[in-house]
Amino acid sequence: MRAFDYAAPKSLNEAVSLLSRRGDRARVLSGGTDLIVQVREKRRDLDLMVDVKNIPELSEIRYEPAAGLALGASVACSRIYEHPVVSRVYPGLVDAAFLIGGIQIQNRASLGGNLCNASPAADSIPALIAHRAICVIAGPNGGRELPVEQFCVAPGRNALQAGELLVSFRIPAPPPRFGANYIRFIPRNEMDIAVVGCGASLTLREDLKTIAEARVALGAVAPTPLLVAEAASALSGSAFSSESVDRAAIACQAAARPITDMRGTAEYRRHLVGVLTRRALLKAFERAQEAANAR
Amino acid sequence: MPKRDHAGPPSELDVSRRGFLKGAGAALSSGIVAGAEALEAANRAAAKIIGPGKTPVTLKINGVNKALNIEPRVTLLDALRDELELTGAKRVCDRSSCGACTVIVSGKSVYACSMLAIEAQGKNIETVEGLSVAGKLHPLQQAFVDNDAQQCGYCTPGFVMACKAFLDKNPNPTIEQVRKGLGGNLCRCGTYVGVAEAVLQTAGKKGGRANA
Ligand code: FES
Ligand code: FES
Repeated sequence: MRAFDYAAPKSLNEAVSLLSRRGDRARVLSGGTDLIVQVREKRRDLDLMVDVKNIPELSEIRYEPAAGLALGASVACSRIYEHPVVSRVYPGLVDAAFLIGGIQIQNRASLGGNLCNASPAADSIPALIAHRAICVIAGPNGGRELPVEQFCVAPGRNALQAGELLVSFRIPAPPPRFGANYIRFIPRNEMDIAVVGCGASLTLREDLKTIAEARVALGAVAPTPLLVAEAASALSGSAFSSESVDRAAIACQAAARPITDMRGTAEYRRHLVGVLTRRALLKAFERAQEAANAR
Repeated sequence: MPKRDHAGPPSELDVSRRGFLKGAGAALSSGIVAGAEALEAANRAAAKIIGPGKTPVTLKINGVNKALNIEPRVTLLDALRDELELTGAKRVCDRSSCGACTVIVSGKSVYACSMLAIEAQGKNIETVEGLSVAGKLHPLQQAFVDNDAQQCGYCTPGFVMACKAFLDKNPNPTIEQVRKGLGGNLCRCGTYVGVAEAVLQTAGKKGGRANA
């Protein structure tokens, strides 16, 4: 592995200052499960690793029923699903955090790192989108926010500008009668990359049948994860039924732009999009009903 | 080898999206980072940059502090094996995929090959060398022996540490939990059934041979 400098700043200002001064020769080190491997395999070149895990804003989990969740970008996956409140209130995030790698990866890898890698197949991204997560970004010119669905700009490339740092996710508190789910298809049970992934969320009206709001996001079927607005409009205002779910699934299939690679053909992926959209919506619907009944 | 997973064409798409994003996202939350003034202050108090040469690093391993002089790029695995001659954790894939390098840091199992040694400073590091006491095997190690849970043995130390972290957290696991909880370790010889039985035996459950 090439030699590099290391710094572990304790504040956002210090981190932004380091990243600004070193430009693209510096990389943020969070869980390291990808970055350290990339550097060793010469797939990434850098002079400085900025370890951000000592910065309070990046490692906090703060939940308030009104404000929702502030989830630090470097919080390890296992802290998410072991958190008593988060694991109950944000089921889609838990689904994703529990799927990323094995337990050793989950003890280190973060949703912030997963997002910044900007892999089209990243498991956490459709789940974050389904939960309406907003990226909180710090930079030399101040802070800004960006919805997760706008953060990835191309395979492996994200919207961060020079000197900017992903600090946390701001995730609204779910409304009553809300449910979410993330599922993916892989040919084995564990430790694989999604052939297709689907994150879905539903908010029901008081009759517990009619869909007030929906979000459906897809992974691994386009250069970046996709939020499918047409699927949401196919569902909103309709009763949850096999017809409305079919309309959403067809909208997702139409929005998908899959490629053929070693994990599957474009045609196969498009088929999977339909299957996974239906299943994720059904699970989200069940969870929305459970959430309503638990009140 | 560059990963080609789902890499669609980078195309003009990213240009337009980038341009779009520059304009978007001006909305702000709670003034996270202030402007030039605060940056200047931070520059002065800037976080210490360490490296790329050797630097003193102290690691607490199996309860004992070890002083090292290593470069920041040295992984925890390389520090254990090459500097401290603790060769229990194995370097097999060296890319976060197999689990042979598993050690426990702050009570959690991690791949030592994808953690820098310098990151592990100030944390409790447990390795397989710390398990046996006065020449007597840890019950989990004994259970591996009792259940033929190793063949070539190359994955075994990492597997044992993954099992220990798992049992520390799940003292009374079901077989499904065992399978899911140990999914991060690969065994080329296929000892999975023996490993699962060893875990169940250690937990005092039926399934291990000693409890049969
Ligand atoms: S050597 Fe670390 S996971 Fe394989
Ligand atoms: S015993 Fe040989 S790899 Fe597991």
